[in-house]
Amino acid sequence: MILVRWFSSLVRQTGAGLRLLLVLTVVTGVLYPLAVWGVSRAPGLVGKAEGSVVRAGGRPVGSALIGVDLTAADPAHDPWFHTRPSASANDPLGPGDPSTSGGSNLAADNAKLVDLVRKRRAAIADREGVPEAAVPVDAVTASASGVDPDISPAYADLQVARVARVNGLPEQVVRQIVDGHVRGRVLGVLGEPAVNVLDLNLAVRQAVQH
Amino acid sequence: MRADVFVAAEAPVMTDIVAGLAQVGLLVVALAVVYRPFGGYLAHVFTTEKHWRVEQAIYRLVRVNPDSEQRWPTYAAGVLGFGFVSALLLYLIQRFQPLLPLNFGRSIPPGMAFNTAVSFTTNTNWQSYVPEQVMGDTVAMAGLTVQNFVSAAMGMAVAVAVIRGFVRFRTDRLGNVWVDLTRATVRILLPISFAFAIVLVGLGAAMSLRSGVSVTGLDGAQHTIALAPSASEEAIKELGTNGGGIFNANSAHPFENPNAWSNLVEIFLLLVIPVSLTRTVGVMVGNPRQGHVLLGVMAVFWTGILTVTWWAEAHPNGPAARLAGAAMEGKETRFGIPSSTLFATSTTGTSTGAVNSMHDSYSGLGGAGPLFHMLLGEISPGGVGTGVYGILVLAIIAVFLAGLMVGRTPEYLGKKLGRREVTFASISILAMPLLVLVGTGLALALPAVTGSSLTNSGAHGLSEVLYAYTSTANNNGSAFAGLTVTNDFYQSTLGIAMVFGRFVPILATLALAGSLAAQRKVPETAGTLPTTGPLFATMLTGAALLVAALTFVPALALGPIAEALA
Repeated sequence: MILVRWFSSLVRQTGAGLRLLLVLTVVTGVLYPLAVWGVSRAPGLVGKAEGSVVRAGGRPVGSALIGVDLTAADPAHDPWFHTRPSASANDPLGPGDPSTSGGSNLAADNAKLVDLVRKRRAAIADREGVPEAAVPVDAVTASASGVDPDISPAYADLQVARVARVNGLPEQVVRQIVDGHVRGRVLGVLGEPAVNVLDLNLAVRQAVQH
Repeated sequence: MRADVFVAAEAPVMTDIVAGLAQVGLLVVALAVVYRPFGGYLAHVFTTEKHWRVEQAIYRLVRVNPDSEQRWPTYAAGVLGFGFVSALLLYLIQRFQPLLPLNFGRSIPPGMAFNTAVSFTTNTNWQSYVPEQVMGDTVAMAGLTVQNFVSAAMGMAVAVAVIRGFVRFRTDRLGNVWVDLTRATVRILLPISFAFAIVLVGLGAAMSLRSGVSVTGLDGAQHTIALAPSASEEAIKELGTNGGGIFNANSAHPFENPNAWSNLVEIFLLLVIPVSLTRTVGVMVGNPRQGHVLLGVMAVFWTGILTVTWWAEAHPNGPAARLAGAAMEGKETRFGIPSSTLFATSTTGTSTGAVNSMHDSYSGLGGAGPLFHMLLGEISPGGVGTGVYGILVLAIIAVFLAGLMVGRTPEYLGKKLGRREVTFASISILAMPLLVLVGTGLALALPAVTGSSLTNSGAHGLSEVLYAYTSTANNNGSAFAGLTVTNDFYQSTLGIAMVFGRFVPILATLALAGSLAAQRKVPETAGTLPTTGPLFATMLTGAALLVAALTFVPALALGPIAEALA
């Protein structure tokens, strides 16, 4: 008897719940996101809302927040600063796919990851002409997002000599570009020092053109 | 700018630790500043008799009388019924996505739609799908975001009903579930989410109704960069301890969490309601120190797990991490180890489950931290609402154990704890371990299911499965994401773990609240165990540890502990 009464109250409550759900769907599922979207159309916000797209020569060349590795036409003459490895890339190094995202989820005791790290270290040491021990950790590990826009100042420093040589720039100029683009920790304490790779490559290209 | 780097080069480890500690300090200060006013505001929201105009309009529209209160079975019927229609509607919205606007040609198969419907209505936000590939904007906004609001609001409603059980006497009424749900949404979650969504856009988070933008890289290669209405989802995803990302990489994706500022803001958002609700308990029971004890215990666990996880990730033992030089696989450059482990600790201590680094790539001990944090039952500080009722139930167990030791009738917050109360408390606590251990055991006993689903093998592979059932039964939603969970076995069993992990404790806790509210007040005597001092805090900590350790040590020994000792 008690159960029957409870069941009828369950039905009644479910009806009220459904009506409230529909109202709240309009409020939180339509009005709320559209209001945020509307505000994000404001000048100063809309560029960020639409993906912080960076243009060069009028053409969109990427997003300031999304790292996609650049490929050299001739690997022996590689003019680019490179991003971190991406789990969505087909090769140990090489461009990831920014239409998706994610990490490798490989554990530190996974033989596949050991092998990947070894291959990346060898390839980068070879590319930069440095001993393998000089290759920093972020250069050989895939990021969490697969589209990490940043590298460590150490990895940027490692690439300076090659980028300067291949682009025909004095090393001093490229070093200044890197130094000028290193972001310290926010307020001195939040996050880690980092350099945006797209910024570096754009600055180098500009230096070459001048 | 350059000077920082030279300093870092001279003493990188020290700077890392000092900066990381300062960041933790900043977070704690921010929470401390809002604790009293916000906790008080939450109490006001759920105790005032005045309705807002917009709320009155809503009540008229859905035909409920906001001034009538409900008995616990009716309140529970409301929670269950609302959960049922929520899951049903969300399932249908997903299945009918091809007919909805902004679907980008994407569709969602039935098993995935079921799992996701359950996942978002239970405040879990476990994701068995890649959002960029299957979710369009209408499902994300009118389906998933709605549940991000209302499942969090429902958590708060249940928490408040339980607190009313303690503060009311000789009544069978616990409040009105529709009023509590509406107020939690309209007065708390909506305004804060709106403000912080705008802040996040300002910091760089995307808020676009386009599916992507085409770019031609400097090397001439064509790419499509995925876009989404990220900021509005991100704010409520953290504030409501939901955790479901609009990108596969979740809060590691730069469009969800663009920099160290947004990272700290998001960690603050996911902690602020569960932490402040302990103040709400204090205000409503008329003694803020009762809330301080609960907060103290939460803080002890949170600090302990943060310390272990941070240390473990800074000293990884896996061969790949040692070869690379540090544990940066699955972590973002802008966050590094300290900001990643701070996020991991906070997201698993609350039932959020958002991630800014990939937990599956953590070291044995580093992954054990977040895992054990969930196994404590999501109480440090727990999900929105669920955390505070979770720890109140544990407090009842602690008082009961203490009463057994000294041979007195146990009392807590002016109520006697008899057989009925302790039975309901036990059911509430034991549902989760049962689901975790049975689910994990079943999956491991079926090599046809498990074998092909693992990314990593050995002890770490076992951890992947254990983590999945732990995360779903605790309604957390984070993952050792190497586990492929798209087969029917995982979609259904993990879905079941989410449903029972959410609603069994809610039903038991509401029954407990009903039985407490019916009692008269027990006057405090010399024989009453004081529940405001360090002694009780220690006992409560011990009770939580005891339940988790006794239940899970064998499973943990086979997984993360074995890996940590390797």
